[in-house]
Amino acid sequence: MVSSPALLSVQGVVKRFPGVTALGGVDFDVRAGEVHCLLGQNGAGKSTLIKVLAGAHRPDEGEIRWRGEVVEFGNPTAAMRSGVAAIYQELDLVAGLSVADNVFLGHELSTAGFSRRGEARRRTRALLDRLGHRDISPDRDVGRLSVAHQQVVSMARALSLDGQLLIMDEPSAVLDPDEVRVLFGVIRELTAQGVAVIYISHRLAEIREIGDRVTVLKDGRTVATGLPAREVKTSELIALMTGRVLDNVFPQRNPVDPAAPEVLVVRGLADGDRFTGVDLTVRAGEVVGLAGLVGSGRSEILETIYGARRAAEGTVEVDGRKLRRGSVGVAVRAGMGLCPEERKSQGLLLDQAVFRNITVSSMSAFARFGFLDDRAERARSRQLTESLDVRPAGVDRVVRGLSGGNQQKVVLARWLLRECRVLLLDEPTRGVDVGARSEIYELIRALADTGVAVVVVSSDVEEVLGLADRVLVVREGRVVHDGPADEIDESRVLDLVMEGHAA
Amino acid sequence: MSEDTALSAQSTAPVAKKESGLSALLGSAAGRNTGLVVALVLLCLGGVVTAGDRFADVDNLLTILRLAAVIGVVSIGMTFVITGGGIDLSVGAIVALSSVWATTLATQGIANDSHWIVMVFTALLVGGACGLVNGALIAYGRVVAFIATLASLAAARGLAEIISNRKTQIVNVPGFAAFFDASVLGVPVLVVIFALVAVGGWVLLNRTTFGRRTFAVGGNPEAARLAGIDVRRHTVMLYTLLGLCCGLAAVMLIARTTTGSATHGGLYELDAIAAVVIGGTLLSGGRGTIAGTVFGVLIFTTLSNVFTLNNLSISAQAVAKGAIIVVAVLLQQRLARRSGA
Repeated sequence: MVSSPALLSVQGVVKRFPGVTALGGVDFDVRAGEVHCLLGQNGAGKSTLIKVLAGAHRPDEGEIRWRGEVVEFGNPTAAMRSGVAAIYQELDLVAGLSVADNVFLGHELSTAGFSRRGEARRRTRALLDRLGHRDISPDRDVGRLSVAHQQVVSMARALSLDGQLLIMDEPSAVLDPDEVRVLFGVIRELTAQGVAVIYISHRLAEIREIGDRVTVLKDGRTVATGLPAREVKTSELIALMTGRVLDNVFPQRNPVDPAAPEVLVVRGLADGDRFTGVDLTVRAGEVVGLAGLVGSGRSEILETIYGARRAAEGTVEVDGRKLRRGSVGVAVRAGMGLCPEERKSQGLLLDQAVFRNITVSSMSAFARFGFLDDRAERARSRQLTESLDVRPAGVDRVVRGLSGGNQQKVVLARWLLRECRVLLLDEPTRGVDVGARSEIYELIRALADTGVAVVVVSSDVEEVLGLADRVLVVREGRVVHDGPADEIDESRVLDLVMEGHAA
Repeated sequence: MSEDTALSAQSTAPVAKKESGLSALLGSAAGRNTGLVVALVLLCLGGVVTAGDRFADVDNLLTILRLAAVIGVVSIGMTFVITGGGIDLSVGAIVALSSVWATTLATQGIANDSHWIVMVFTALLVGGACGLVNGALIAYGRVVAFIATLASLAAARGLAEIISNRKTQIVNVPGFAAFFDASVLGVPVLVVIFALVAVGGWVLLNRTTFGRRTFAVGGNPEAARLAGIDVRRHTVMLYTLLGLCCGLAAVMLIARTTTGSATHGGLYELDAIAAVVIGGTLLSGGRGTIAGTVFGVLIFTTLSNVFTLNNLSISAQAVAKGAIIVVAVLLQQRLARRSGA
């Protein structure tokens, strides 16, 4: 593979948008049969680069060579016909259509205008077999497939046009560990057949497992390319991405005072569907981590504590006062705050200004007889965004334009403003790059140190163990383990998550 | 689609201007509504050229404003509902029902015995109640707004026909007509009411917690709910507010025509939605402008005035209206794309 010629080579690619240079000179090459990882912080230009490669954007400068020839893909279809296909984070499948229909969407097999459905089904079957998924039927409705299987369908779609290069944008972000393993199996099979993959992920462990070479982007430029994925040091990658050296990602834990008051007490909580018998106590200043697979019920537990789902049984108390079931308003007034899993769809008013997103839960504090004092709102929001280092600064900026990490800081600022007693965080670092991640960890720890009770849900076991004082493991709607974080290690948690042997 | 696109949007994303003073405020409002102002000016020029003094006459301009006032009040209410992510097809029917209820012999009898304000309260009460029912159906009954208000449209107009027995009800309360026919400093009372509702609506939408919640609920109802806003209660309040606007519009319509009738308010839902949308309020919710709605109403009313002065048919007016809506929406999309939103 070392001497195999470049399938794709990118030289000096520049892409400008009005007022900003998204790519300021990118060089790298991809060989047939390799997994080439793209690494970079949010805003480094990864997604723009993908769009340029997949024909969704035209580069302003530079050249792209495909099999040695200079090419210009005018649109994604042209790129796909040449064999370059991108699989985006938000999958571009049509729910309601069958697997086979999706695979051949846009290049339907037809004779004189009549579709050849049998042929499409047969070829889809063959493609799915090639991807090692005999379990997916070509006739299934795509909307009913798991996210992992939907990704497989997207890959089949790319292969249906004889794809030679697949570009995958953070495919693992929406998958749980099992599904990631399946995905990696598929990728290995494809590369063995000579297909090249450009793989984008924030998770360094994955890059080591699946990647051959790594290219690092920073501020729209290549800062390193062709690094060996397995040998290169983590500290070196982080230094390249951030331009600074990070030693310890997780902040120092301070021992929780055993006499600290119990702020959040959950007893026998059940929603009559996804989980039962959940007991949870969080003291002031304590960070409790909830580990579990996607679908284990951990997010539902958090939402039920918050009143966003109605509990069937059990009680939730904050500072000794029992909360009425199924009312977010009651929970918020009692001092709870939630940073939801889907930041964009559940957490933020994307098209509204930063300060409006921050004050949305504390409006009455800025209002007299219902009239808002937006000068005070802006001033207070400015203080918060400055102390959290939200970049770019400016409380009148529309939230949609901020990177994932900065958007998360805006949601956190909302609850900081309320000085809440209990903070529930669901996947606080999803879609947040490594540099901003440690900032968010520090912020969470700093909050706990001021006496806030914090509950963190995460798919990332390392994150749960690194951040929390105490860890609860959830499996199939039940808490199967509850103990101090420093008495359990990652493999034990994974074991519990999968097998559920009660500790 | 992720962070990098977000970055590229950063510099182009609209940064809301700080409204430091009245001049800045007017400036930004005019800036946002340039297209609408230009359209209105062109229409007026067209009126002057084709109809001359018959158009550019104080009485004619007051007629335009008087006509604009009734649909204008409904459109202001509609702006709130649409900004909050909803839609209401029943406004015309609610206007009809309110007008009929406020002008029954019984109501007018009480009004004659006590005070004409009874008629006003009756109309407001009926309108508000209809809005409340709409809101409750949508928020708590989880009926899609389009369907719930479509049902109200049919039911309210039917009820209006039953109550009025399909007859036009003449107003014979002297104080009522006298009050609403009057003028304040040369401006008809109806126009004054419209102006007050518009200013009140602007303040409510842009300066209060109620308005801020409306934007939040319309922009992302799930995020609003998880931020602690009672989205369902707010939705009910939005439809009730619109119902009250319809009640007020009914009062104004009774005053203008001196009748209550089950045929009042025909196609108001279309006129109001059209005015709101060409004004720049997003049909999908989360963005709304009262000033835009006022311009939208004025454009449509002026258009029909100019057409009428030139003896062009109602049908021709409808065609022109449709064309304006399409052009306005196309322009909006163009602008939205340019600003990266």
